[in-house]
Amino acid sequence: MSEKNLMQKIADSNKSVISGVDDLDIELWIKIYFLGREYRVPAGLTIMQALEYAGYFLTRSCGCRAGFCGACSTVYRIKGEYKLQFAMACQAEAMDGMYLVQLPFAPAEKRVYSLDHEEYSANTLLKYYPEIARCLSCNTCTKSCPQGIEVMDYINAALRGDYKQVAELSFDCIQCGLCAIRCPADIVHYNVAQLARRLYGKYGMPQVKNLNERATEIEEGVYQGEFDHLVALSNDELKKLYVEQQKNKEVY
Amino acid sequence: MEISYYPGCSLKTSAINFERTALSTLEELGIYALELPRWNCCGVMFSQSADNLMLQLAPARVIMEARETGRKRLLTLCSMCYNTLKRSLLFFKRNGEKLKKINAFLKLEERDFSAEGVEVIHLLTLLSELDTSNFKMKIKKIKSNLKVASYYGCLLTRPREIALDGVENPQIMEKLLEIAGFQTVNYPFKTDCCASFQVVNRRNVVKKQIRKIVTSAVRNGAEIFALSCPLCEYNLDSVQQELAQEDETFTPIPVLYISQLLSLALGQDPKLNDFSLHRIDPRPLFKEKGLL
Repeated sequence: MSEKNLMQKIADSNKSVISGVDDLDIELWIKIYFLGREYRVPAGLTIMQALEYAGYFLTRSCGCRAGFCGACSTVYRIKGEYKLQFAMACQAEAMDGMYLVQLPFAPAEKRVYSLDHEEYSANTLLKYYPEIARCLSCNTCTKSCPQGIEVMDYINAALRGDYKQVAELSFDCIQCGLCAIRCPADIVHYNVAQLARRLYGKYGMPQVKNLNERATEIEEGVYQGEFDHLVALSNDELKKLYVEQQKNKEVY
Repeated sequence: MEISYYPGCSLKTSAINFERTALSTLEELGIYALELPRWNCCGVMFSQSADNLMLQLAPARVIMEARETGRKRLLTLCSMCYNTLKRSLLFFKRNGEKLKKINAFLKLEERDFSAEGVEVIHLLTLLSELDTSNFKMKIKKIKSNLKVASYYGCLLTRPREIALDGVENPQIMEKLLEIAGFQTVNYPFKTDCCASFQVVNRRNVVKKQIRKIVTSAVRNGAEIFALSCPLCEYNLDSVQQELAQEDETFTPIPVLYISQLLSLALGQDPKLNDFSLHRIDPRPLFKEKGLL
């Protein structure tokens, strides 16, 4: 399959799900505000669906639509409230009176390092991200996290070189960058956590035998044939295969 | 007896030997220090700013955690954590208005911050409250003629309102060391500052200060330092080495946390000490004195 067709296929699978809705069928409407304009949208949509309903074609601030990729960071305030709030546009429900800002990305610093040459000690985190020592324990990061992670606690764990705790507390991080944008000490929490998880994975965690064996198999190309087969399938064939696979799926 | 325990960041990294020996010493004497289930950095330095309450959040959170355990006393080992937490607690006791403001900031977290019902206590105070005869009975390496200089630095006795002993001439460490069978020496600079964080960018200031402190202690017969602050330990330990390289007449002596000496006197496993963390190796001296 050519590069273009493959990209088209990925783009197709990511299309908005709203189409053919008749305004007359909708009972409840809400008002949202985006880029200085007011929009009337049906209640019950996610923020992302609401923006698409309003007519926007999103090329930034959207990605997996499943709460995993962290691309759709949203800052909002509800009319009449003082509090700024934070959410993932694909996960949170649009509410009446929302003033929405979609962040295209977080312009936060990410340092360059080579895991093979790093020491597994508290100082490594401080070497690349010395800002963590400026933490005031204000907990603003935790309050801004749409994943509900105890961000401040893992930064404090990073300060004392507790890699295990950083890795475990930050595990659900989707790197949306909202913590870093809010931090009064300019800490780049999610990149600190990523470095910590990488180092913990390489030096701290017990090695898993099965995983190592599977990684070797993949490197040796044992599964390459199956991948090539899947990539070459047409859309219809893929769908059919997917349905079959779901039918036979073990429930656990 | 159980007591809440706040370790602080250094006690988990560069001063891990301080934590290990202190906790094992306490356990031997019947005190179980229970680490707070959740804690953050103490804030490092007590903020002198009267209105920048952001800088009081870190100690305030530690105090909150301590209160939530339901135990009245909070044990610290590090002198700096002690100083910061105790002063912050006092600050909020005296400033109801500021306490209210912090509570307003914490409103969304649904936590109640109060300065009442909790007390910050340093390891040295806790040890000095214990029954001396019980302590003496447990000492295994009796009558070591090791001459120890107690070094208090500035954080344990200043300002006066949080001092754990006399400001001018504290004796709390000397008394403990004597109970444990060590000889103590008197010298005039035991409450002088080690020059603290100036080690980061003004090393010469630290060098000057350390030279004065060490030279005086050695002239008065000291063979080793005992202290309770990881930053003092770093400054004394690392800078002495540099001074010795520059000047042949300078005599460097090992720097230990007081709990390390107590642990050795109690006959505990020397491995708790992790002597590799010291730049000036104390082992030859300990062997000579029959402590290892």
